[in-house]
Amino acid sequence: MDLFATAWPWYVAGPIIGLMVPTLLLLTGKAFGISSSLKHTCAATLPTKAEYFQYDWRASGLWNLVFVAGILVGGVIAVQVLGGGGPTGISDATQTDLRALGLVDFSGLVPPELFSWSSLTTPAGFVAIVIGGFLVGFGARYAGGCTSGHAIMGLASLQLPSLIAVIGFFIGGLTTTYFLLPLIL
Amino acid sequence: MSTSTQTQSTQAPSLRTGDVAIYFAMGIVFGIVLIFSEVVSWFRIQEMFRFQSFHMYGIIGSAVAVAAVSIQVLKRTNARTIRGETITISDKPWNKGTNQLLGGIVFGLGWGLLGACPGPIYALIGAGITPLIVGLFAALLGALTYGHLKPKLPH
Repeated sequence: MDLFATAWPWYVAGPIIGLMVPTLLLLTGKAFGISSSLKHTCAATLPTKAEYFQYDWRASGLWNLVFVAGILVGGVIAVQVLGGGGPTGISDATQTDLRALGLVDFSGLVPPELFSWSSLTTPAGFVAIVIGGFLVGFGARYAGGCTSGHAIMGLASLQLPSLIAVIGFFIGGLTTTYFLLPLIL
Repeated sequence: MSTSTQTQSTQAPSLRTGDVAIYFAMGIVFGIVLIFSEVVSWFRIQEMFRFQSFHMYGIIGSAVAVAAVSIQVLKRTNARTIRGETITISDKPWNKGTNQLLGGIVFGLGWGLLGACPGPIYALIGAGITPLIVGLFAALLGALTYGHLKPKLPH
């Protein structure tokens, strides 16, 4: 099982992710995308009157919910069975920058200073998890897609709206990286 | 076939039993790729936004390239699904790009903080980073809020 001994380089992982698009189209005709699962979950579980959630979520969204359930199980298998999820092999420059912000534990997939149950009650942890999560959900639906639907599926099918969304992703991400993170950490 | 109402009432017409297995299996593969490529790592997202490694750009770039070529092949060969249905790739809704730009910026602000876009949120919960369950509920609340504010927002 050498394949799972180390992290996969970009030229292995990227093409596999890219091949998900035609595989999904050929098997079932669905367009690759994930953030609509958030909309479908709301439509399926909440008695909301907003027009945005008035549609047949079973017909258009159930497949997406099964797909994301698979992603979650994939995460379990990757870590519990295949031994993944160890330290991330990031560059020295990034480590230096993050240490300067006070993040010193690089032993997992996320910094424990922000992503632990005890950190949820600290201002930095709350902003990262709760505010960050809220903005991800709100923004993805406002933009009509996230990294999978716009950056991969949208760019690959040459959609101008997706290019604009991806430019927006980077304006927001750079603002967080250089202005928000130094404020909260 | 028997006419048991119990099984019929729980079955959505557009989601066939065989398809459930396909979506679930593809989700598992995607989840494993997300973990082993370190795309789910908060640190990798920071590295990307600091332009300190090619890793994330290589993954997204090669994924887009492979998907783009595949889509062109499917289009030019008029490929059909395994059930013989035509494959249609619908255009993203387009007005003036306002919602894509503003929504994109909001998403990016959150992506930098949470270090995870929607797919990785699910993979990270599976990987045992349980505080992300709170992050997922926050994202659902975000989607719910958008759904209610949509008529008042510029699009």
